[in-house]
Amino acid sequence: MNNRASDSLVIAGRAFRSRLIVGSGKYPSHQIMADAHAASGTEMVTVAVRRVNLTDRTKESLIDYIDQSRIFILPNTAGCYTAEEAIRTARLGREVGLSNWVKLEVIGDERTLFPDNVALLEATRVLVQEGFVVLPYTNDDPVICRKLEEAGAAAVMPLGAPIGSGLGIQNPNNIRIIKEQSRVPVIVDAGVGTASDAAIAMELGADGVLMNSAIALAQDPVAMAEAMKLAVEAGRLAWRAGRIAKRSHASASSPVEGMIATGA
Amino acid sequence: MEIAGPKTLAVLLAELNIDPQRVAVEHNLTIVKRANYDSAIVREGDEIEIVNFVGGGTA
Repeated sequence: MNNRASDSLVIAGRAFRSRLIVGSGKYPSHQIMADAHAASGTEMVTVAVRRVNLTDRTKESLIDYIDQSRIFILPNTAGCYTAEEAIRTARLGREVGLSNWVKLEVIGDERTLFPDNVALLEATRVLVQEGFVVLPYTNDDPVICRKLEEAGAAAVMPLGAPIGSGLGIQNPNNIRIIKEQSRVPVIVDAGVGTASDAAIAMELGADGVLMNSAIALAQDPVAMAEAMKLAVEAGRLAWRAGRIAKRSHASASSPVEGMIATGA
Repeated sequence: MEIAGPKTLAVLLAELNIDPQRVAVEHNLTIVKRANYDSAIVREGDEIEIVNFVGGGTA
């Protein structure tokens, strides 16, 4: 516990002091997003790669509201439904010129937005081969997480619950197993609804948490961003501290000796 | 969108008021490096894809 200050999240050799990764979508305004990012203490923010809108140029100023002196920008392949589409989007994202990192998403189902693991693995292999630092958004399935790691993923990002659902960590045991087996960082991505969900993810041993809606759509996004920062820090600290074992009966905290009723 | 050609990609981006530093461009499905915007010639019927970063989280 003496080295709290040096407890960094390291992905592909790059160190982040904050273990909270946040999105840049759905905020009431660019300014509120910037304030929320600052309050969250995040050092990594995801963005989507989209066609330049030739009729409405207001959206492209987004990047001006991300403080790149403190925040690393992570392009994603959100909205892609095939490996080809995701690979093409990742290449374009790299070409914008900020980094060779990609939060890789290949969606397999429109209603649940669950990942297509087969296509995800295929896209991971191709992009790793091309020199990308690949962070795949995946199911909370230890087997696919192991395969992604073997394919060269720089981290694995299992979902806590469906994207935007706010249901919290639905399968804590899987997250724990994924953490136990992984040699790359495990980032719980999607499903967080409130601060306790983020704390639980970290208490399970996750190396970080990625969220967007829980902050952006909160009634007060800036306050929620701060709550998430504290929750991630608290959960991390609790995990490192080592929790007590669960037991089914009470165990008194005060000494039995010296009780007045029994005293001689 | 239909654009009269031929012209360089750099000229096309300038006409569309797009900052080349913020975008990536595909010309007939092939990525054009930023250093080549001045030499890449866009002709009538070519397919140009111009992307940038917008807000997003997951999916």
